[in-house]
Amino acid sequence: MEKFTTHTGIGVPLRQSNVDTDQIIPAVYLKRITRTGFEDALFSAWRKDPAFILNQEPFSAGSVLVAGPDFGTGSSREHAVWALKDYGFKAVLSSRFADIFRGNSGKQGLLAAELAQDDIELIWKVLENAPGTEVKVDLVSKTVECGNVVAPFEIDDYTRWRLLEGLDDIGLTLQHEEDITAYEATRPAFKPTTLPAKLS
Amino acid sequence: MAKTLAEKVWDAHVVRKGDGEGANAQPDLLFIDLHLVHEVTSPQAFEGLRLAGRKLRRPDLTIATEDHNTPTLAIDKPIADLTSRTQIETLRNNCKEFGVRLHSLGDAEQGIVHVVGPQLGLTQPGMTVVCGDSHTSTHGAFGALAMGIGTSEVEHVMATQTLSLKPFKTMAINVEGTLRPGVSAKDIILAVIAKIGTGGGQGYVLEYRGSAIRALSMEARMTICNMSIEAGARAGLVAPDQTTYDYMHGRPHAPQGADWDAAVEYWNTLRTDDDATFDAEVDLDADTLEPFVTWGTNPGQGVSLSAKVPSPADFGDENAKAAAERALQYMGLEAGTPMKDIRVDTVFLGSCTNSRMEDLRAAADIIRGRTKDPDIRMLVVPGSARVRLEAEAEGLDKVFTDFGAEWRFAGCSMCLGMNPDQLEVGERCASTSNRNFEGRQGKGGRTHLVSPVVAAATAVRGTLSSPSDLDPVPEAVSRRTAAV
Repeated sequence: MEKFTTHTGIGVPLRQSNVDTDQIIPAVYLKRITRTGFEDALFSAWRKDPAFILNQEPFSAGSVLVAGPDFGTGSSREHAVWALKDYGFKAVLSSRFADIFRGNSGKQGLLAAELAQDDIELIWKVLENAPGTEVKVDLVSKTVECGNVVAPFEIDDYTRWRLLEGLDDIGLTLQHEEDITAYEATRPAFKPTTLPAKLS
Repeated sequence: MAKTLAEKVWDAHVVRKGDGEGANAQPDLLFIDLHLVHEVTSPQAFEGLRLAGRKLRRPDLTIATEDHNTPTLAIDKPIADLTSRTQIETLRNNCKEFGVRLHSLGDAEQGIVHVVGPQLGLTQPGMTVVCGDSHTSTHGAFGALAMGIGTSEVEHVMATQTLSLKPFKTMAINVEGTLRPGVSAKDIILAVIAKIGTGGGQGYVLEYRGSAIRALSMEARMTICNMSIEAGARAGLVAPDQTTYDYMHGRPHAPQGADWDAAVEYWNTLRTDDDATFDAEVDLDADTLEPFVTWGTNPGQGVSLSAKVPSPADFGDENAKAAAERALQYMGLEAGTPMKDIRVDTVFLGSCTNSRMEDLRAAADIIRGRTKDPDIRMLVVPGSARVRLEAEAEGLDKVFTDFGAEWRFAGCSMCLGMNPDQLEVGERCASTSNRNFEGRQGKGGRTHLVSPVVAAATAVRGTLSSPSDLDPVPEAVSRRTAAV
């Protein structure tokens, strides 16, 4: 995974709460077997509307999405994160993220930064009054800057550390393989296995 | 120290405690007892293993089925949609290469992943269960800690049989009282979500408790735990009891003989200690609960079926107000319209929320001997091939087809429309599934989430209806029953 320290890019105000994963990427795009190439799928239903924010200049070149509360609710599809990344987003700011979406973002190097809703409102105003304003997201200091707004954001320390270092989760866990083997030896005999198969 | 059920299950699976305390705590490494796999969220994970030269650590704790893309008609023919076919074939090749047991289309054990696990007896109390699907919370009905994971985590579990997880908070959902006839588990969970909102459970594991939950069957408990994610909670669970053991006993992978006794002894310890405390508690009165239905485009936008479509002005919060306005527009509804005046085009009985035997029986009991509204299309999609076979053995298929409904093969089907079962633009559906998001069941489709008996009554009358609106009132509803 690429290291993330700071990113500066055009902010996109998405004034909407409960942006669910079916809106971020409809199920029809989940049939692919690749991990990349989902940029066309991002918000595909909404992008058919010319008034949608990503169809307007200069927002179409945005890389920091500033959304309403409860972003990423619904399905566990990591495709939602892949689509945001493939489109060019590096960070999403919201006052509340769905748990699974937040976890998926952390695994893929997309920064999910949690801000106070009041600060989100201030940033929306800046971006709407001066479209094209850049947002600077600084993971080292855990702050966001946009116009005259400077706001702190929350992210759990472990995810922050992994993003800053660009660390691969599986590699980290496999450093503790002895612990896993030791645990496996203690599992009770009554716990089921899928193999050999027993059928109804 | 006194513990909640969820904390007990967590503690029993810690491979390695994370360093640090409080806000700075590192995640714990938890062992995963069962990994369920399907075609949609696994191909990139298998590919990741291959590229890194890693093995699948525990094929014997992994099982796969085909469900999201599978057609529900003509399943003996090749899948017409090429990308769907490729995804299914990729799963078959991956399972072969990595030694994973797979139940393919046509196999008697094929079906929706969350129906198959419990049906085979693989889901058991006190286990950790994961799957690349947010409705994995279903398995919490057995007192398992079960949660949906993303594809990176799927790959992590494949490679290590563990997950790094930050401790969660706990929330008790206390449901006391007795459900009235015609009111079911689906109404409980829709009412809970309307009460706490789609973000209310974020960061929590929910434990459903109280006399109304204890009175529910296993399948009804699965319906409730299934939709925990719709309240924002990654997992929801119910303490195991005799109902759980009776359901499990004799299933193919349930313990047998001395193992069964040892298991039950352990399972009996799986309940929240009397002096344990939850981080939050929510109460719901089962006595006064009515059939519930959603009017908007998220599962928290629900009301009693006897109520009216709310007005955006009813919401104090600006975001909720704007969301309501947008939802009414998408749904094509006027504020103030009685919910029961809303005419629907399609009724979908299926999905991992409501596609088990009890759901099909409950719906069949409502429609038996009645005629379908002529303009309604009704799809009945059993949750698994096994459920379909059992239903046919009871003659339920005949009840549905005599009524005028379509009797389909098993899969996720119209819950998310990855196969050909989709709504048209503007088509309105009473659906027993779990999400009413914009376009979820097909581009431009409009979804009202309901219970199986409300779906059935709606198919009779053509408008959103409760079973008690039928003339004559179905016998199953006129008699007071706590089950289902």
